[in-house]
Amino acid sequence: MLARVDDRHQRTVPISIDGRAVEARVGDTVAAALLTADVAACRVSTVSENPRGPYCLMGVCFECLVTIDGVGNRQGCLIEVRDGMAIETQSRRREAGR
Amino acid sequence: MSRLASLPEMWDVLVVGAGPAGMAAATVTASAGLSTLVIDEGPGPGGQIWRAIMTTPVMSRPVLGSDYWAGAPAVRAFYESGATYLPSTQVWSLDADGVAGLSAEGEARYVSARRVVIATGAMERPFPIPGWTLPGVMTAGAAQGLLKTSGLYPSDRLVIAGTGPLVWLYAAQLLAAGGRISALLDTTDPGARLAATRSFPAFAASPYLAKGLALMARVRARVRVLRKVTALSIDGRERATAVRFRRGGGAEEQIPADTVLLHQGVVPQVNLAMATGVGHRWDDRQLCFVPEIDPFGQTGLERIAIAGDGAGIGGWEMAVERGRLAGIGAARALGIASDLVPSPNPALKRLRALARPRAFLDTFYRPAVAFRRPAPETIVCRCEEVTAGDIAKAVDIGALGPAQLKAYTRCGMGPCQGRMCGLTVTELMAAKRGVSPAEIGYFRLRPPVKPITLAELASLPVDGANVKAVVRS
Repeated sequence: MLARVDDRHQRTVPISIDGRAVEARVGDTVAAALLTADVAACRVSTVSENPRGPYCLMGVCFECLVTIDGVGNRQGCLIEVRDGMAIETQSRRREAGR
Repeated sequence: MSRLASLPEMWDVLVVGAGPAGMAAATVTASAGLSTLVIDEGPGPGGQIWRAIMTTPVMSRPVLGSDYWAGAPAVRAFYESGATYLPSTQVWSLDADGVAGLSAEGEARYVSARRVVIATGAMERPFPIPGWTLPGVMTAGAAQGLLKTSGLYPSDRLVIAGTGPLVWLYAAQLLAAGGRISALLDTTDPGARLAATRSFPAFAASPYLAKGLALMARVRARVRVLRKVTALSIDGRERATAVRFRRGGGAEEQIPADTVLLHQGVVPQVNLAMATGVGHRWDDRQLCFVPEIDPFGQTGLERIAIAGDGAGIGGWEMAVERGRLAGIGAARALGIASDLVPSPNPALKRLRALARPRAFLDTFYRPAVAFRRPAPETIVCRCEEVTAGDIAKAVDIGALGPAQLKAYTRCGMGPCQGRMCGLTVTELMAAKRGVSPAEIGYFRLRPPVKPITLAELASLPVDGANVKAVVRS
């Protein structure tokens, strides 16, 4: 669970996480939006299918891979939320074609 | 037209990374009149240390501290230099001729530069312990990034574990922001503390001692700090629920935790430089591979220089000076008149002063062996779930180095391309074979160093020769 300091009182935009409507703060990354929405696991390991969540949040660990607007394996920590963005967690093993 | 498509193809200077070093290099070359392109994968300038400095929602200055806000003038100078800056853009390949593959917004293209400065900075050293792959476990740097970018901080049961200045800095920032910490588990190696006494005088003469002690005092006043922590592991099934550890040779202890932050120092990000063909050597004091460069960051490849923490860990002040020197080196190599290029002497002098306290920091915070060469059941390669035991077994049946290990186990072949396991692999194989890490070497890295989709590749402009190469007549 996260708390927030927001001295700028930033506005929010609607996004969806696995079909659930969520308000996300403008300027937050996809990974931050997931953590804020209390989604700790954004995918499962492609080997054991154990749950995985963001680890480094700076683009090097590739743990926060999610499907964004239909494109799979995007790095959630490097991409900012946009109005209407559809985020899906990756709950299966290797997904060919996505 | 998209940002990438409208970009000129030829540049005097390409800088990869808009942190302290990259911005400093670009400011020098653009101010000298050279066409300068700066690419960064993040959405704003500043790198990790000054992350989100133009947009952070944490406006109360004492929370993030003076080192953070020192970035504002650097960003202003960079913006005013005339350099072309492309955020949210990846460099997925670079060759010795200065040709770089870029991608953004689902498109790719190549640009070419007469000089390239690689300023890809540092990443946190892998911290392989049982349970480090559980959701709820992140690095201290990750949590610090969340605070800088979004003003977010953990509000559940939080344990911070590890060693190094960032542990204390983040803990102090978190407390100032209003957060709470259940416990800080200090894994600093008592042996390393002892070994560091020789280099202490140079450190004591620097401003870092007073700064560090003040930080530690602020944290100790409000947080339970447990020292000499060993045998650290994290419990949980769907996510972290507790940390388990011993103090010295004491009995096992357990503390409930929903969020666990790990940190044991930072190391250069080597993927792009290695894939470009830059020679690296093992640095036994910093326990990592560093590029072989001259004082201007010049590598063995004529067109390629490296600046900042990617050239060896020195912190942001050194990164700025090394960025400047790389910019000066590029401008001189491209024949810019000497009155348009600053003298390197002030930067060289500052660097000598900044280097003096480093030996103490490197030695004092040298991570303990047990946290660099974990027990057999511990996952080392997070992507492919290869354990330390799997790696030992591969050595037993003949794997001599990281390249063979890939073929035996898939270690290092997942999406992170060895970033999370590379150093652990080198150290484990070296110890198992009884040779030096230098002899083992690192993974053989190749482009693309960042993921690229087929659609992005297909968007690359093609000319007649490209088509002729693949179409049967």
